[in-house]
Amino acid sequence: MAEKQTNQGQPEHVVIRFSGDSGDGMQLTGTLFSDTAAYTGHDLSTFPDFPAEIRAPQNTVAGVSGFQLHFGSTKIYNSGDLCDVLVAMNPAALKTNLKWAKKGATLLVDVDNFEPKALEKAGYSSNPLEDGSLSAYRVVKAPMRMLAREAVKDLGLDAKSADRTKNMFALGMLLYIFDKPLEHTYHFLEKKFAKKPVVAEANKKVLKAGFDYADTIEILRSKIHIPPARLPKGKYRNITGNIATAWGLMAASEKSGRPLFLGSYPITPATEILMELARHRNLGVKTFQAEDEIAGITSAIGASFAGSLAVTTTSGPGLSLKVEAMGLAVMTELPLVVVDVQRAGPSTGMPTKSEQSDLNMALFGRNGEAPMLIIAASSPADCFYAAFETAKLSLEHMTPAILLTDGYIGFGSEVFRIPRMADLPEITPPIAEPNSDFKPYRRDPKTLARKWALPGTEGLRHRIGGLEKTDVFGEVSTDPLNHEKMVKLRAEKVQRIAHVLPPQEIYGETEGELLIVSWGGTFGAVRNAVEECRKDGLNISHTHFRYINPLPLNTKDVLSKFKKVLVCELNNGQFVNYLRMNFPEIPYLQYNKIQGLPFTVTELCEKFEEFIK
Amino acid sequence: MMPGGNLMSNNHPQINNTIPKSPYPLSREDFISDQMVKWCPGCGDHAILSAVSKVFPEIGYKKENYVLVSGIGCSSRFPYYVNTYGFHGIHGRAMAIASGVKISNPSLSVWIITGDGDSMAIGGNHFIHLIRRNIDVNLLLFNNQIYGLTKGQYSPTSPLGAITKTSPYGTIEHPFTPGELVLGAQGTFFARGIDVQPKMLTDIMFEAARHDGTSVVEVLQNCVIFNDGAYDYIASREYRDERTIYLEHGQPMLFGANKNKGLRWNGSGLEVINLGENGWGINDVLIHDATNPDPGLHLSLAKMNWPEFPVAFGVIRAVKAPTYDDLMEEQIQRIKAQSPIKCMDDLLNSGDTWEVD
Repeated sequence: MAEKQTNQGQPEHVVIRFSGDSGDGMQLTGTLFSDTAAYTGHDLSTFPDFPAEIRAPQNTVAGVSGFQLHFGSTKIYNSGDLCDVLVAMNPAALKTNLKWAKKGATLLVDVDNFEPKALEKAGYSSNPLEDGSLSAYRVVKAPMRMLAREAVKDLGLDAKSADRTKNMFALGMLLYIFDKPLEHTYHFLEKKFAKKPVVAEANKKVLKAGFDYADTIEILRSKIHIPPARLPKGKYRNITGNIATAWGLMAASEKSGRPLFLGSYPITPATEILMELARHRNLGVKTFQAEDEIAGITSAIGASFAGSLAVTTTSGPGLSLKVEAMGLAVMTELPLVVVDVQRAGPSTGMPTKSEQSDLNMALFGRNGEAPMLIIAASSPADCFYAAFETAKLSLEHMTPAILLTDGYIGFGSEVFRIPRMADLPEITPPIAEPNSDFKPYRRDPKTLARKWALPGTEGLRHRIGGLEKTDVFGEVSTDPLNHEKMVKLRAEKVQRIAHVLPPQEIYGETEGELLIVSWGGTFGAVRNAVEECRKDGLNISHTHFRYINPLPLNTKDVLSKFKKVLVCELNNGQFVNYLRMNFPEIPYLQYNKIQGLPFTVTELCEKFEEFIK
Repeated sequence: MMPGGNLMSNNHPQINNTIPKSPYPLSREDFISDQMVKWCPGCGDHAILSAVSKVFPEIGYKKENYVLVSGIGCSSRFPYYVNTYGFHGIHGRAMAIASGVKISNPSLSVWIITGDGDSMAIGGNHFIHLIRRNIDVNLLLFNNQIYGLTKGQYSPTSPLGAITKTSPYGTIEHPFTPGELVLGAQGTFFARGIDVQPKMLTDIMFEAARHDGTSVVEVLQNCVIFNDGAYDYIASREYRDERTIYLEHGQPMLFGANKNKGLRWNGSGLEVINLGENGWGINDVLIHDATNPDPGLHLSLAKMNWPEFPVAFGVIRAVKAPTYDDLMEEQIQRIKAQSPIKCMDDLLNSGDTWEVD
C-alpha cells in the first residue's frame, strides 16, 4: 500500500479518513477531496461510514461520522484498509477512528475542540494530544476553529455559521499537502451557495486559509505529489453503487424500449436507488413509493404484467417480506428485477453495516420449487453493468431475477468510465405479436421463455396467476404429471441462461496450489490482496463470481484444477456451501468474516499465506 | 336533478376518459370465457359475474383494454371466468398489483375483484392506501361476511357474536363497515349493491367505471354454504322495501313499499320519518347529493343498518379529485419538457466528468 514508494520517495496511493461529529460536514469534505482527486486523474474508491442515528448528541462517540478515500496512480480496487492520514475534528472522532490509522500515520486534528468537556464526552481521562499516547503518529495540531473564525471575521457571520466552515480549513490543508488545486472546490462552493454569496465567500476564505496555513507551518518537508493513474482513454465520472444501480436499470429500460417502473419502500441501505430513480421523471421513470415492501414488489409484478421493465429495491428484512410475491413472479413467468442491497442481519441487524448473508434467501428462500436468476455486483461502478445485465436477462428469458449488491458497494464510490449507450448490448424481450396464435405457456424451444402478451394488445387476452397452470395452454390445473413437468421447465429455463453467460475467468495461473474464490462486493479487497501476494511470490490464483444462479458452465473446470480452493465471503459460509452442493468433489476451505465490515487486504494476505503453507 | 348529475339514471351517460373505445358494439358473448365456472350452485358470485359480463359491453371500451386483477378467495377466481386480460394474484395483494398495472399503462380499464377477507384483513393496508392515492381503478368487494374458500371462518365483516368454525362461542371482534374505511381513507367513490338485485348492480358498476379515481363497490353477497341467508333480513322480498333504501343522486331519500318513509337530518344525525305523520312531508326529506365533497352525511348513510335504519344501496359518494395516474403522467410531461436531459447518454455525461487521453 502506501509504504510502497516510487523512486522519488513518493507513494503510489494513499488512504485518507475524514472523521468528525455528524454535523461537521465530513461526508461533504471527503466527497470534495475525492472530486478533486478524480479530476486530477487518479483512480479512486471511497466509502462513507456513518452512524444509523441521524444526529446523535454532539461530541459523543455515537455521533461520529466518517468518510474514507483511497486514491492513487495505480488501479484502486477498494477504499483501503488503514489510513495514511486521519482527519479528526473532535476527540470522539479520534477515539473511534484511531484504530483505522496506520502506525506512523499523520493525524490532522482540530486542537480547538480538544476541550475538557469534549474529552470527557469522548471518554478520555486525559488529553491524548498532551499525554504522549500518540507518540507513534505524526500529530498536526491545527487551531481550525479559531483560524476559521479569524478568516471570516470581516464578513459579519454569526459565530455558529463561522464555525460551520471549519471543515473547509481541514480540506484546504489536505489539498495543500497533496499538491492539489483549490479551483474545483471553489467552483463547487460558488454553485452550491449561489443564493448565499456571503456563505460561499466565507467557505472559500477558510479553504484558502487552511491551504496557506499548511504552507506556512511546513507540515511536511515537501508536498506529496502522486502522479495521475494510467486509466484507459475515455470520459470518466465518480459514481456510487446505488446511483450506478439506478442508472443501469434506466439504461436497460432505454435499450429494451420498456418503460421503467419501480415499486419500492424506503429501507437502509437501498433507499438511494428509489431516491435517484424518483428524480428521473425527465426520462419517463415511474416510481411508486409503496405502503410496504409487499406492495413494492406486487405493484412491480402488476407493472410487469402490463409491459414495464419492473423493479423493486430493498435490503434484507424487506426481501423477507417479498418472498411470497417472488414466488408469484416465478409462477407467472414475468420479468422482474429484485435489487437486494444486503446489510448485516438477521432481523433488523446492523442496518448501516454491510454483509453478504442474504445469499441463502436469494437462492432458496421461497415456498415450492422457485428458482430465480441471481447476479451479484462486484464494485460500485459494476453495479451499473450488473443492473443492466440482470434486467436484460430477466426480460429476454421471462424470469424474475435478484440482483445482490451490498451496503459497502452501494454507499461506496469509484471512478466510472462512462459508456456510450450505442456500445451496450441490445435487449429484445419476447413480446407477443397482436392476433398471433398466443398460448400463455408456449415456450421458445431454445430459451424456454414464454411470450409476453401485453394487456391492450388485440387478440391476446389471457389469464395468469399463482395457481399451477397447464403446459402451453395455461389453464388452472392440479394434474400431477403436469405439475412435475412445469416445475422442471421453470428450473430448466433458468439453468439455460448459463448458455449465454461468459465463461468464469481466472486471474493468474489456471491451475496450481491455491485458488481464491470470492463473489459479489468483496471483489476489490480480494483482487487487491491476491495481487499483493502474487507480487510477493505466492502461487495463488483468483476467480470472482458475478453469476450466482445459474453458475457459469465452466465453473467445475475452474475449481477442479487446484489443490485447495479457499472461498472468502462476508457471512458464515453460504457460497461455499452452495458450491459444495453443486460440486462436492472439490477440496474447499473457507474464510468468513461476519463483523459488518469489509475484508481488509492485510487480513486477506495473512490468510492466503496461512492457507498455502 | 342536481347540477352535474346523471348518476344512476337509466340512460347511461357518456364515459369520457383516455381509455380506447371499441370501434364496434360489443355484447356479453365477447366476455364469456371458455372456463367452467366452479362456484357452488346458488352462490351470489354467479349474479355478479353476470352483471359484469352485461356491463362491460355497455361501458364500451375495447375488449383488450379491460384487465381484471384478483387476490385469493372464492371471489378471486372471477378473472378466469371473464374473457379479458386477467391476473389472479396472491392473498390480499390485488390492490397493489392493480396499482402497478394502472400506473404502468393508464389506458387500461382495471377492475379489482376481492372479498371481505382479501381486502379487509390481509389486504387492509393496501385497500386504504389504494383509496388514499385515488388511482383510477374499480374495486368490486364481494362481502359475504365469511371465509368461504377455507370453509367457514369469521371475517373482519362478520357481525359481533357470529358463530363460525373459529368462533364457536361467537366472535368477540367488532366488524368493519367497508364504507367507513373507504370514507376514512378519503375515498372519492363508494357504492353498495346486492347480488339479488342485478339491475342495480350493473347501474352501479357503470357509474364506477364512469368515475375517475378509485371506485369501491361493495356487493353484499350470499355464501350459500357457510353463511347462507346472512342478508335475508334485508334482502328477502318480504323485507326489502322496508329495510333498504336505494339512494339516487338528486332524489329524495325515500323508502318503503309505498315510498312513505324518508330520511331526515335532525340537526345531529339521521332520522327515519313517516310521511304524513306528525306533520312530516316530502320537504323534510333529505335530497341525496353524492357529489358533496364533505363526507359527513355520506358516512352516516354508509353506516346505516337495520333495525335503526334501512341499509343504503346505490352510489353513496362520487366526488371529483385528481387521480394518481393523471398526476403521474402530468408530472412526467412537465419534467420532461423542463429537463435538458433527454436520454441516457445525456444523463451519463451530465454533471462532473473528465477526460483521460
